[in-house]
Amino acid sequence: MYKDGEEMKTIIKALTGNGAAAYAMKQINPDVVAAYPITPSTQIMEDFSMYHANGLVDSDLIRVESEHSAMSACVGASAAGARVMTATSSQGLGYMFEVLPVVSGLRLPIVVNIVNRSLSAPLNIHCDHGDSMSARDLGWIQIYAEDAQEVYINNLLAIRLAEKVKLPIMLMQDGFITSHCVIGVDVLDDATVKKFVGNYNPEKTLLKDDITIGTLALTDYYFEFRLQQIKAMNEAKKEFIKIDNELNKIIKHSTGYFEEYKLKDAKAAIVVMSSTAGAVKEVINDLRSKGKKVGLLKLRLFRPFPYEEIKKALKGKKVIVMDRSISLGANCPLYSEIKNSGVSNIHSIIFGLGGKNIYDEDIKDIFERALKNKLKEIEYIGVRE
Amino acid sequence: MKLKNFREIKEGAVLEAGTSIENKTGGWKTFRPEVDFKKCIHCMRCVIYCPDSCIPVKDKKRLGTNLNYCKGCAICEEECPIKCIKMVRK
Repeated sequence: MYKDGEEMKTIIKALTGNGAAAYAMKQINPDVVAAYPITPSTQIMEDFSMYHANGLVDSDLIRVESEHSAMSACVGASAAGARVMTATSSQGLGYMFEVLPVVSGLRLPIVVNIVNRSLSAPLNIHCDHGDSMSARDLGWIQIYAEDAQEVYINNLLAIRLAEKVKLPIMLMQDGFITSHCVIGVDVLDDATVKKFVGNYNPEKTLLKDDITIGTLALTDYYFEFRLQQIKAMNEAKKEFIKIDNELNKIIKHSTGYFEEYKLKDAKAAIVVMSSTAGAVKEVINDLRSKGKKVGLLKLRLFRPFPYEEIKKALKGKKVIVMDRSISLGANCPLYSEIKNSGVSNIHSIIFGLGGKNIYDEDIKDIFERALKNKLKEIEYIGVRE
Repeated sequence: MKLKNFREIKEGAVLEAGTSIENKTGGWKTFRPEVDFKKCIHCMRCVIYCPDSCIPVKDKKRLGTNLNYCKGCAICEEECPIKCIKMVRK
């Protein structure tokens, strides 16, 4: 579709993470958006409502009375053949929960922007990944963004990917850290985005065809439908990389399943998702200037999980997995998956729950102790023990 | 009946419309309604209230309940203003 060497048509816009999500939604111009506001994702819908009020989008904007209704309205619209998007955070995602496996089970390609915020109680509005991690096994593709730039490209990617494999997608960004900080974001012009995302042409829809959706499948067929979803997830992994490569030709910044930062020759490597990767890169630059071989693997695609690729990238290194969420009574989500991929020399760091800050010195200390073999198997950073 | 494998079924369990006609659910009931047509005034209350829409109507008269779908809920008996519907054991 796009020739190599063709000049890229990007301009730089000052956008927050929320602003980048809303701007991408404006350019995608979905048929239906149904949402209910919740901190810190509220600004996505504020911005989108403004685009809607100013006539810049053709979308039907449904103002519902709860997140359960928001996702339910999305289900109806998507089944009717519409391209559908929404946004939420934390307890809002919690309130959507009942509908989430319905969306994936019905194979509706709904894209939701989730601005990560810790779950209640105690009540907290700041970032950790507890909300999206609790929804990781519901048949949704999950992509995590480091900054507003990635939020923007992930939205474009997600529309194509969801509709290709008929699976819904959650797009994550860190609450406040990413969602409320302004950075310069390379954005494409509207026409290029329109060409890239194309039109949504589902095989069968409630509006055009005589079909029944939401049917019953008991012991005779339920497992078979689940097997279809397993296969679709495997397919999603292949399609993700194809669409990501295509996107990279029109706007740089795509890095595949994960970004490797000075990882090739690193002796110790941190694995982390979302905004913390930025701080880790700073520390790596500092330590590298002192001759210490450290690196980063920043994961983007969490579901489906790229086990083999990660195992290959981390081979022979001391690996430090940093989780911003916990699985109470078990190993942390990201740590468990990295361990499952067959990495042996591995440590678990838990940090930043409820938005607790992590500083460059903390990350520096982790790297230095790891290089001296003084890191425990599981450590909590930033908590008063 | 030979069951289909996962490749042969429609993604998202989407079916053609109208499967509720094929699926005869009347076997669930314990009681069935019996109408005394000598008394019935054809007010259509039972027709409107029937949650399964299984009371057919022809020439402004209600006919016998379609027992293929009637689940014996007794709402027609409850709503009948002249009490000409009685629930009896199946």
